[in-house]
Amino acid sequence: MTKRVDYLGLRFALTDRLLPVLVAAMSFLAALAIAGTLATTTLALQWQGDAASALTIQVPDPATPAASGGATRLAAVQAALQGTVGVANAQLMAADQVNRLLEPWLGADVAQLALPIPAIITANWQGAARPDGLAAALDKVAPGTLVQTGITWAARVAALTASLQTCAATVLLVVALVAGALVAVATRSGIAQRREAVEIIHGLGALDADIADSFAARATLLTFTGAVIGTLLALPILFWLATLAAPFSGVAARAALPSLPPALWVALPLLPLVAACIGWSTAQLTVRGWLRSLA
Amino acid sequence: MVRFDDVWLKYRTQPRSGERGPADVLRGVSFEIPDGGFCWLTGPSGAGKTSLLKLITMTEHPNRGMIEILGTEIDKVSRHDAALLRRRIGVVYQDFRLLGHLSAYDNVALPLRLARRSENKIRTDVTEILHWVGLSDKLESRPAELSGGEQQRIAIARAVVSRPKLLVADEPTGNLDDEQAQRLMVLILALNKLGTTVIVATHNHGLVARHPAPRLDMRDGRLTRHD
Repeated sequence: MTKRVDYLGLRFALTDRLLPVLVAAMSFLAALAIAGTLATTTLALQWQGDAASALTIQVPDPATPAASGGATRLAAVQAALQGTVGVANAQLMAADQVNRLLEPWLGADVAQLALPIPAIITANWQGAARPDGLAAALDKVAPGTLVQTGITWAARVAALTASLQTCAATVLLVVALVAGALVAVATRSGIAQRREAVEIIHGLGALDADIADSFAARATLLTFTGAVIGTLLALPILFWLATLAAPFSGVAARAALPSLPPALWVALPLLPLVAACIGWSTAQLTVRGWLRSLA
Repeated sequence: MVRFDDVWLKYRTQPRSGERGPADVLRGVSFEIPDGGFCWLTGPSGAGKTSLLKLITMTEHPNRGMIEILGTEIDKVSRHDAALLRRRIGVVYQDFRLLGHLSAYDNVALPLRLARRSENKIRTDVTEILHWVGLSDKLESRPAELSGGEQQRIAIARAVVSRPKLLVADEPTGNLDDEQAQRLMVLILALNKLGTTVIVATHNHGLVARHPAPRLDMRDGRLTRHD
């Protein structure tokens, strides 16, 4: 077995401090970007689901008899809702609840104003298709009835989520490119410092792969170390953000201490591995490209 | 065999504005050295000796002409095969070209480690060759701790440790006193007797006179004598 010797003296050339520190900074940013993406996606999916299924039905003149005779318009609409497949949890909003909603605009004593306040029914839509026909059906039962769905809000939340995810992906791409550029610059600097040694062992019959592997091994070690440090430094901040986000995600109700999402526990250990891959491949490409300038 | 056929070389340096382009450092050089041959390469400084040796060691490529080294036309080999061919060539550089961060032992072991020989074989061969060049007590010394003559002997040990088929030496006795130069020549001639083709570039006319052998003499990038 052949002993491993640092032929090129790379421990004196590829800087031990600067590259890991810069890669640590990149990994720190990447960890925050990944955490932000995961948190946004989780919250957005939750909000999207809630908003998309929400139905709000306004019935004007609820106490007036319905056109079909017999019951009031409100009772006719409630009966129609009960008979509609896909509508669930239909509940009439109590008068004091409606008053509380209108209080900022109409004052504390809405009943005294003698305004025609519509009855409000909240429900959930659980049908597979959009509830497009519901408004027309209820309008037949009680003309003037309005149906509002949360689909528009859900679409806006989806658009916002997609934008945030694109931003996070762009941040990750930029971080990866900057990390690659840092490794390329460090490798070029290492080649410049050890040029004579490279030329000597090239002249002695070293394969391009022998030389490139030496640089790549060093770059991999330094980027991996830097990424581990950066990821570990990001952890306290991620836990702090998890504490802030706990009320929105419902975690606080279940756990005494905030915890990170399982997906993040998978993604964070991958960061040093990805950084090591960037270090290895960039060093290989840089060195092999430079070696082609030798005869 | 080493064969040059109408070889021209011009370095690819860019001329400054107002200057003429780079001049040809080798002009139509042709010669042949048979397997196991010994040849002196002589000529004044700037004649093109080092450039010719760079072509033989494949650290430069000719602009024109054909070069055959150890039976291989070098413009027809891949980078990988060129590296393997270089392992069969031992080179003693004028400026030693030792790796300063490695010990004498590790410098000499380099060609064997690149060829992935076992550590046992490396230990045997390196110890033997360092004993041969009289430096068995300097195994762990770094080049900076050695004299010029000792560094030269380490460079020679590194060039011959893998028993190359071709040995190329550029002014190998330049830093040695007469006694050391004689010892070195004995070593080189012994290798030549074992079948290694040897090319030695030198200014030392006394050395050439003491060891008569075919001679390539160069002037201004041309061969002026070919025995």
